[in-house]
Amino acid sequence: MAFHMTINGRRVDANAGETVLATARRHGIPIPTLCHHEAVEPFGSCRLCMVEVTKAAWKGWKGLMTACLYPSAPDLIIETDSPRVRQVRKTVLDLLLARCPDADVIRKLASEYGVEQTSFVPREHPDKCILCGLCVRVCETAATAAISTVQRGHHREVGTPWGGPPPDCIGCLACAHVCPTGHIQYSEAGGVRKIWEREFKLVRCKETGKTLPITEEQAAFLAKRQGMDPSYFTMSEEAQRTRTATTLGKIARWDKLGLVQEEVKS
Amino acid sequence: METVRYESAEGFARHVNDLRRSAFASQRRVLVCCGTGCLAGGAQQVAIEMDKQLSALPAAKRTELNLVMKKTGCHGFCEKGPLVVLMPEGTFYKGVKPKDVADIVHRTIANGEVLEHLLYVEPKTGERVARYGDIDFYAKQMRVAMRNIGHIDPASIDDYLLRGGYASMVKALTTMSPEDVLVEIEKAKLRGRGGGGFDAGRKWRSAKKAMGDRRYVICNGDEGDPGAFMDRSIMEGDPHGVIEGMIIGAYAVGSHDGFIYVRQEYPLAVEHLRKAIDDARGRGLLGKNILGTGFDFDIEIARGGGAFVCGESSALMRSVEGKVGEPRAKYVHATEKGLFDQPTVLNNVETWVNVPRIIEKGADWFTSLGTDRSKGTKAFALTGKVKNTGLVEVEMGTTLREIIWGPGGGMIDDGPKGKFKAVQTGGPSGGCVPESLLDLPCDFDSLTEVGSMMGSGGMIVMDHSTCMVDVARYFLSFLTDESCGKCVPCREGLLQMYGIVSRICEGQGKLEDLEQIESLSQTIVVGSLCALGKSGPNPVLSTLKYFRDEYLAHIQDKRCPAGVCKALITYKVNHDACDGCGACLRSCVSQAISGTIRKGETFQIDEMKCDRCGACATVCKRAAIAAA
Repeated sequence: MAFHMTINGRRVDANAGETVLATARRHGIPIPTLCHHEAVEPFGSCRLCMVEVTKAAWKGWKGLMTACLYPSAPDLIIETDSPRVRQVRKTVLDLLLARCPDADVIRKLASEYGVEQTSFVPREHPDKCILCGLCVRVCETAATAAISTVQRGHHREVGTPWGGPPPDCIGCLACAHVCPTGHIQYSEAGGVRKIWEREFKLVRCKETGKTLPITEEQAAFLAKRQGMDPSYFTMSEEAQRTRTATTLGKIARWDKLGLVQEEVKS
Repeated sequence: METVRYESAEGFARHVNDLRRSAFASQRRVLVCCGTGCLAGGAQQVAIEMDKQLSALPAAKRTELNLVMKKTGCHGFCEKGPLVVLMPEGTFYKGVKPKDVADIVHRTIANGEVLEHLLYVEPKTGERVARYGDIDFYAKQMRVAMRNIGHIDPASIDDYLLRGGYASMVKALTTMSPEDVLVEIEKAKLRGRGGGGFDAGRKWRSAKKAMGDRRYVICNGDEGDPGAFMDRSIMEGDPHGVIEGMIIGAYAVGSHDGFIYVRQEYPLAVEHLRKAIDDARGRGLLGKNILGTGFDFDIEIARGGGAFVCGESSALMRSVEGKVGEPRAKYVHATEKGLFDQPTVLNNVETWVNVPRIIEKGADWFTSLGTDRSKGTKAFALTGKVKNTGLVEVEMGTTLREIIWGPGGGMIDDGPKGKFKAVQTGGPSGGCVPESLLDLPCDFDSLTEVGSMMGSGGMIVMDHSTCMVDVARYFLSFLTDESCGKCVPCREGLLQMYGIVSRICEGQGKLEDLEQIESLSQTIVVGSLCALGKSGPNPVLSTLKYFRDEYLAHIQDKRCPAGVCKALITYKVNHDACDGCGACLRSCVSQAISGTIRKGETFQIDEMKCDRCGACATVCKRAAIAAA
């Protein structure tokens, strides 16, 4: 079902089941986010995507809602950049800057809202984690839920079971890649990948001898989840191409001999 | 009494009638309060001694007395515990020690003699009061939610039945349709007692209308506000009342599964609820085909893990599901997608326990109590600097003054420092109400209007020895620890605010800090994910509103008027009042006091060494040492 709503004075079409953020982005209207990613369920923790929401029937009452969670609905009137919205975003970024003064993403966003220096007291030993929870949610969705947020309040952090190397981790790097601030560190050298205090052996293609950007655990996990032959994940692209070409060549030869059907079946 | 299972409403009525006529009902009762407060005061030993003494009586005497001892839930008058009440006479003994038990048994119980020294003395008149009902603390209350607490043994379903228990449930299930029940609750305008004050009837109605495979009812027993213990007392003292309310609610909305979420710190509540659920199930009041009506409903207990935030409804539901207890946005209400994404009715303990009473006496009776928009009664946990701390239940709209000087008995200390300064209501989400607003009626809307809130009913009375900036700091430190940390404004914002208020307490405050508190509050209020964050700045905002001068004294004069903030006070010896006894010198762990112990001598306090613990001032019998 499609309907209309208004964003920043513009009449736009929206779909049932869509969030305000999705509708706005589909129409090229920017709303800043830090904890949002299309691959995972919306979370609503960073509060940057707050927008002003009202309806003609609400008699002038306007609520501040998180666009990533608020469902689009007929006749909504949305302001994505009003002074009230900008004020909340400014304070949120000011707070995040006090937490993570070294995170480039935060510095850049804060600067866009007029905050060059935090007006609060910076954290004593800052890191770059803004606790958006994306790493945890991506790991839950795409991998093995090997990490989680632990503790609460200002003691909250992203952690591993008992603070040690996470036993379920497959070293897929999804957490590191999705991290908006680059807080999650990893390294790769000599066919070994290091992340979360664990070492993972990278797969070596048997055909070409090349090191592939995938760990042995990851290959096994993906093969199992996808129900595919593990060899699909443990061969280099060249080796796969060679194999495909060889197979096709065989088929072509067998075709002439009238043997194709049986061979392909097997 | 043999175990029975009620197959029908008639069977239930027959059994209750038999019970009324039985020897069990006509027994005289010795009620020993075993609420948590009295237990802490040694009630367990009193109960053991009482049992021993009663069994030691000759058999003939025992038959003649026809006596039974019952360990009851909290009588509410925790200040004076352990309490022993003799029924039906209503003789009320306070501060009972195991050594008093023999006297109670041999003189009062056996001979009808009243033990003067165990009677309560009414502070206003100085008179000893013999009867329960004549004590101001109880006489000025109106008990609806707490009607059974203290009168019954919470572990006995028959005690509850004799007080009219489960009759409302039977009435609802057998003479009313689910719609009738719902309409009755709507008409009663029952508002949620857990904090928000949302209309319970409306909540039930939308859950009933919502589409779903199953519906759930939940009782929120995760009471976590500092100083509040109404729900604990109800769960401990009248567990069947909660269960009956939930059965009626489940019947009205068409639910078959209920959960009672009890916080980790309430083991006694869990024990009593578990027993009550088992007993009710045994009698056929819970489970399949209740009373032969075809209605199925059962209750499970879910235990919290000790997080304050799990009292928030969406976090509570996540916790019941076995997930991390964190709130989520409520743009889709729990009545549509709550527990396991199914329509869910979540109400607080006190709300549920009101339900049977409404069904019993009717919505018209309930709406005759209270104010225009807040009906019925409200239980408060009255604590702080009042004479009678404890649980009080009064009609909605009773003024703060009437509560504090009525059941509360007024301020503890009659001196100048003991004068009333403020009352904190609503826990960490509430605020401090000053003296000028003492005649404010206690109902949901009035308290919210002045910047505080009803909350679940915590009420902390403060006098002039309390520093309001320090109070704000305390609540902020509570909230920064108890915030789940999911969203930025609550996690980072409250932490920064705690930092600012702490600096003010330490004498490092600047005038600009007050502006920063106010602007930061605005973002926390509108920007936080859940109600805990949104109401987090309340303790600061309300103290700033009514006690700005105290903040200014800390910031501009570097002075703490209440003499609480350590960095801003010094202890001085009044040499004229000092008699040289040396108690201060011996009490000082920092060796900051010098002088010779001799009559006529006096002492000096070294400010540099003094760590402002106040021990010297506490031990000084002549009040010669004071903070300034």
